[in-house]
Amino acid sequence: MDFITWATNPWGQNVPIHTAWFLIWVAVIAGLLFLIAHATWLRYFAKEKEFASDASAEVIARIPKHVPRHSLVARMFHWIMAASMLTLLFTAFLPKVRIQFNWVTYHWIAGVVLTISVLFHVIHASFWLDFWSIWPDRTDVEDACRRVRRFFGMSALPPRRFAKYPLENKLFHGVIILCGLSVILTGVIMMFRVRTSFFPRNPYLLGDMTWGLMYVLHGLGGVGLIALVTMHVYFGLRPEKLPITKSMIFGWMNRDFYLQEHDPKRWVVETPSSSTSNSPSSSISNRIEGRGLTDAG
Amino acid sequence: MAVIRDVMAAFELYQPTSVDDAQRLLEKHGPDAWVLAGGLDSFDWLKDRIRKPKAVVDLSGIEELRGVRTTGSNGNDGIEIGAMTTLTEVVNHPIIKQKYGLLAQSAEVVASPQIRNQGTIGGNVSQDTRCWYYRGGWPCYRAGGNICYADTPEGRNREHAILHADRCVAVNPSDSAPALIALDAKFVIRTPKGERVVDAEDYFIGPEIDITRLHILQPGDLLTAVRIPSTWAGAQFYFEKVRDRNVWDFPLLNVASATVTSGDTIERIRIAVNGAAARPLRLKAVEDAVRGKPRNAATGEMAGRLAVQGAVPLQFNAYKIPLMRNLVKRAVVGIRVEEATWTS
Repeated sequence: MDFITWATNPWGQNVPIHTAWFLIWVAVIAGLLFLIAHATWLRYFAKEKEFASDASAEVIARIPKHVPRHSLVARMFHWIMAASMLTLLFTAFLPKVRIQFNWVTYHWIAGVVLTISVLFHVIHASFWLDFWSIWPDRTDVEDACRRVRRFFGMSALPPRRFAKYPLENKLFHGVIILCGLSVILTGVIMMFRVRTSFFPRNPYLLGDMTWGLMYVLHGLGGVGLIALVTMHVYFGLRPEKLPITKSMIFGWMNRDFYLQEHDPKRWVVETPSSSTSNSPSSSISNRIEGRGLTDAG
Repeated sequence: MAVIRDVMAAFELYQPTSVDDAQRLLEKHGPDAWVLAGGLDSFDWLKDRIRKPKAVVDLSGIEELRGVRTTGSNGNDGIEIGAMTTLTEVVNHPIIKQKYGLLAQSAEVVASPQIRNQGTIGGNVSQDTRCWYYRGGWPCYRAGGNICYADTPEGRNREHAILHADRCVAVNPSDSAPALIALDAKFVIRTPKGERVVDAEDYFIGPEIDITRLHILQPGDLLTAVRIPSTWAGAQFYFEKVRDRNVWDFPLLNVASATVTSGDTIERIRIAVNGAAARPLRLKAVEDAVRGKPRNAATGEMAGRLAVQGAVPLQFNAYKIPLMRNLVKRAVVGIRVEEATWTS
């Protein structure tokens, strides 16, 4: 069983030409198995979440009813990226399972949208948001160790509540970056092989072996994204995660969920001068811990 | 690579005697099966060992796939041509000659007499492209690879597409296909789910839909017949094929039209070209533009210009643009070749 399809080029060299397409089904099945296993685990075996001591009453009292989580720009990026990603996946893989249509043009246009939106996101997150909020920190690692030790019945302190993003969220973001950048970079190069309005077609830009590796990497990234997107949609629809999903629509999450899952010391929320205000758009004047806004999502 | 070995790879040969049996065999073997009609396309592939099917289903023993029959209760509703009817039989059939002469004209210029004696109408419309990079076994897009060797600065692409290219620039080589489109023919396909009838123009697909096939047949499907309605029986027909060698060659371009006039005015027309794209193109925009117009040189000029709108030449096939323009002009005007004026 070959994961890569090979061919002999006109010069007699054995070169890769693309990923083996059965991997599409491997990715689909892997994604579905994961969500079945995870749902079963949560339903029958998972224990109640345990966290270390809560924040002070004074801090809790100052948390607004609606905790701002994602700015309008960040939400727009997320949904534009989601639309382009789904378009890319459907246009790439439906023809491979014999649902045939004119897919190439839609595919590269969606690819251009994704590339531009990701470039925007990198710049926006680097200079206007808290860039490091989405990357695992030392506390995440320590808490992960605590959770693992407790899972196996070993003595360990309870983990602290999450910062803006749980460790799993951060790791998922990292894997998405790997897959996403691999399909974007190879996809941009592959556009030199089709007729677009951006640059002249140049099939000789790379050698056959390098071209083949581009196609293989593009395919592997693509099938990886099938599984990742399946998982992402699954988590987005799980009842206990719905507050997070809603925050990607409305921009805020409710106070109870925030206090239940997040640590105000690790995810510092700007609060309005009056804690009775319900609107995240109200004037923001106080910061509980005096640290910057975190909004890389 | 394109080394003629003349010794085919081993396969199981099946020789069914009914369409039902043939279809079941094709369904059973799926993508591993190969349909053998006249063999003129198949044996190139098999002897070059570029295609190595596990099962070959030879249709030559199926009598119900042969012959020309009239359809309708009074026999005047059109004709049905079995997919295994040879091109020579098509050319010589009296009803085809009398009422559907466009098809006879197109079939008569296919290759050579020997080939027409062996080649079938079903095979002629279903044959694969003649792009030599693809036929040579190179891993191009059409062969499942990731490059078009013809669409490169040094690629030999004199015979390739000027319209609707999408990564692959190969063209459909059939002569009878545009004639059947112009006659509004229907193709009868036996599929695992039953019989399916499609318009001739919908039988063919371009690389934007499926880059590895020229037609819609899926594994397990079998083209059984071509039905020509009487709609265009006895209309004014025009067919012209341009090729490098007039004795025996594939078309560089061909054009077919069926026209019904009222006085000097074009009342109805259907026109199709082949050799310009990966599928025979029905020129619907041209038909709409010339309907109701006088059948004269000015209308022909306008039709020719319209037909080549959007054409993108490759390195060595720019000649196809004026060629197609002039062929369409002639087909619309319906003039004889010797009377035609050429505009470059």
